[in-house]
Amino acid sequence: MTRPAGYGRAPGLIVPLAVVALAYVAVPFAALLQRAPWSDLGDLLGRPVVTDALRLSVITAFAATGISMLVGMPLAWVLARTSFPGRSAARALVLLPMILPPVVGGTALVLAFGQRGLLGAPVYASTGFLLPYSPWGVVAANTFVAMPFLVLTVEAGLRAADQRYEDAAATLGAGRWTILRRITLPQLAPSILAGSVLCWARALGEFGATVTFAGNLVGRTQTLPLAVSLTVESDRDAAIALSLVLIALSLAVLVPLRDRWFTA
Amino acid sequence: MLSATIEAHVGDLHLELELQVDEGEVVALLGPNGAGKTTALRAIAGLRPIDAGRIELDGVVLDHPLTATFIPTSQRPIGFVFQDYRLFPHLSALDNVAFGLRVRGAAKPDARRQATGWLERFGVGGPANDLPRTLSAGQAQRVALARALATEPRLLLLDEPLAALDAGARLRVRTELRRHLAAFQGGRLLVTHDPVDAFVLADRLVIVEGGRITQTGPPAVVAARPRSRYVAQLIGVNLLYGTASGERTVRLDTGAELTVADPLPGPEVAVAIRPQAIALYRRRPEGSPRNTWSATIEDLEADRDRVRVTIGGAVPATAEITPAAVTELDLAAGSPIWAAVKAVDVSAYGR
Repeated sequence: MTRPAGYGRAPGLIVPLAVVALAYVAVPFAALLQRAPWSDLGDLLGRPVVTDALRLSVITAFAATGISMLVGMPLAWVLARTSFPGRSAARALVLLPMILPPVVGGTALVLAFGQRGLLGAPVYASTGFLLPYSPWGVVAANTFVAMPFLVLTVEAGLRAADQRYEDAAATLGAGRWTILRRITLPQLAPSILAGSVLCWARALGEFGATVTFAGNLVGRTQTLPLAVSLTVESDRDAAIALSLVLIALSLAVLVPLRDRWFTA
Repeated sequence: MLSATIEAHVGDLHLELELQVDEGEVVALLGPNGAGKTTALRAIAGLRPIDAGRIELDGVVLDHPLTATFIPTSQRPIGFVFQDYRLFPHLSALDNVAFGLRVRGAAKPDARRQATGWLERFGVGGPANDLPRTLSAGQAQRVALARALATEPRLLLLDEPLAALDAGARLRVRTELRRHLAAFQGGRLLVTHDPVDAFVLADRLVIVEGGRITQTGPPAVVAARPRSRYVAQLIGVNLLYGTASGERTVRLDTGAELTVADPLPGPEVAVAIRPQAIALYRRRPEGSPRNTWSATIEDLEADRDRVRVTIGGAVPATAEITPAAVTELDLAAGSPIWAAVKAVDVSAYGR
C-alpha cells in the first residue's frame, strides 16, 4: 500500500471544485470541436472572406507588435531605469488599456484620431489622411490594447536583469550603446520574446477597440474575431471554422510560451 | 601613478580616504566589512562619482567634483576584477576576454586570437569555448583576470579576489594570483577583509576602518606595530595604549607599568605583546628583570595545539600556552594567576 505523503493529499472539496473549473473551460471547446464541420473545413477556410480576415489579422498583429517593440521597449527602459516625478502615474497610464474594456479604448481612439478628433481633425484638414475605417486603424486599435503586455514584460525583465554586468562591461571600455546592444539586450531576450508573443496574441484576438475605431469592413478592416462575430448568426459553420483557426493560432503561441511566462 | 582623495557618503558611512598607488606596486585595502573599501574601488573605476575630493591617474584628472570633471568608467584605463567575477553569462570564456578588445575596435578574428593568448597565459585555454556557468570558481577568476588585463589597463583593481573560493581552492588560487599579479607591470589595488590575502599579495597595506585610514605600511611593519585593535586582532597580538613614565617605562591607561628594552620614542605609545611571549605562573616568579603582574583568568580556549588564555586585570591580554601547561598549572576560568613578559618582548612605538 502506498499513499501520498501527508501534504500531497488534497483536503475534502478541493479536487471536485478543481474538476468543475477545468471542465468549465474544457466543455465549450469540446462543443466547438464536436460541432465543427470537419468535412467542409477545407472549403470554408478557402473562402475569400476567411482568407482575407486571416491575412488582415496576422499582418495587423505583426504591425502592432512591431510598433509596440519600437516604442514600447524604450518606454519599458525609461520606466525601469530612470526615476522622474510621475513615473508611477505613467506606468499606471500605460497599463490602463490592459484593464479597460476595449470598447472604451476604441471610443477614446475615435475621440483622439477620428475625423473630428483631437489630433485626427487637424491631420485630416491638412493631409486628408483618416485613420479610422482603414487597415491602419486596425493596427492603431491593436497597438493601443496590446502594447501594455510588451511594456510590462520587458520592464519586469529589465528590473530583473543584473546591472552588475553592465558595470563590468563599462570597466572594459564599453559605452552606453555597446552595453545596451551586447549586454542588456541579450540578457533581456527571453523577456522580449515573451512580451512580443503576448502582445501579438492579444493583438490577434482584439475585438472591441477594433470594431469601435476601425469598423467591420470586409476585406479592409474585418479581422478574424470580427468575422466570427458577424458570421455566428448567419453562417454557423463559417463561424466555427474561423474560431478553429483562432484557437489553433493561440495554441501555437501558448505552447512554446508556457514555460517562460507562466512558470517564471 | 594613482593619487586619490576620496570623500563619499554611503548610508551612514562617511568615507574619507587618501590613496596612493605607485607604478608596479601592489596595495591592499584591508578592513572589516562595511568599512568603505569597495566604495573606494568603485569610485576609482568611475562606477560611482565621489562627493568631494579628486582622483588622478598618470596625471589625468578622472573625478574632481569641484571642477565638474568626471571621466566615465569606459574611458578610464582601469581594469576591474569583481568579487563575483561578473563574467557575461551569455558569452564564452573566450568572448568574455575578447569583449574589451572588440569594444576598442579590434576585428573579431584578431580579438579572439589575442584573447586566446591571454587565456593560455592564465592556464585556461582549455575551456575557452565554455560558458561561464560551467567554469570552476578558480577558472572563473583566471578568466576574469585575463579579461581585465586584456585591455592593457594602467591600474588593476581587485575586489575581494578570493572571497568566492572555498577554503581548499583559496590557498592554491592565492599563490597563483600572486604570480599573475607579479606579471602585471601597472599599479594594483586590491580590497580584502582577509589579512592572509593582504599579507601574501600586497607590498603595502592600507588599513581602513569606518571610512578612515587607520594605518598604512608594509605588511611586516603593520604586523609588528599594529595601531588599532582591529589590526592587532587580525594578526593576533595584544595591543595596549599608554604614556611614557620613564625612559624605558610605560604607564598603561589601566595604571599598570611595563618595562621595555629600548628607549621609548615619545610620550604617547602603543605596546604590542605577542601571546606566546606571555608566561603564566602559579606563584610570583623570582629573579630576572621582567614585567610581572597578578591577574585573573577570564577564559580558556583551545586553538589547535595551543590554548589561548584570556587574562583580566591591570594588563588585559591573551596568552598562548601549551595544553600541558594548563594541566600543570591547574588553570580554570576565575583562577588567580601571575603573568610575566620579558622587556625585550614588549614592543613599544609611537601612536
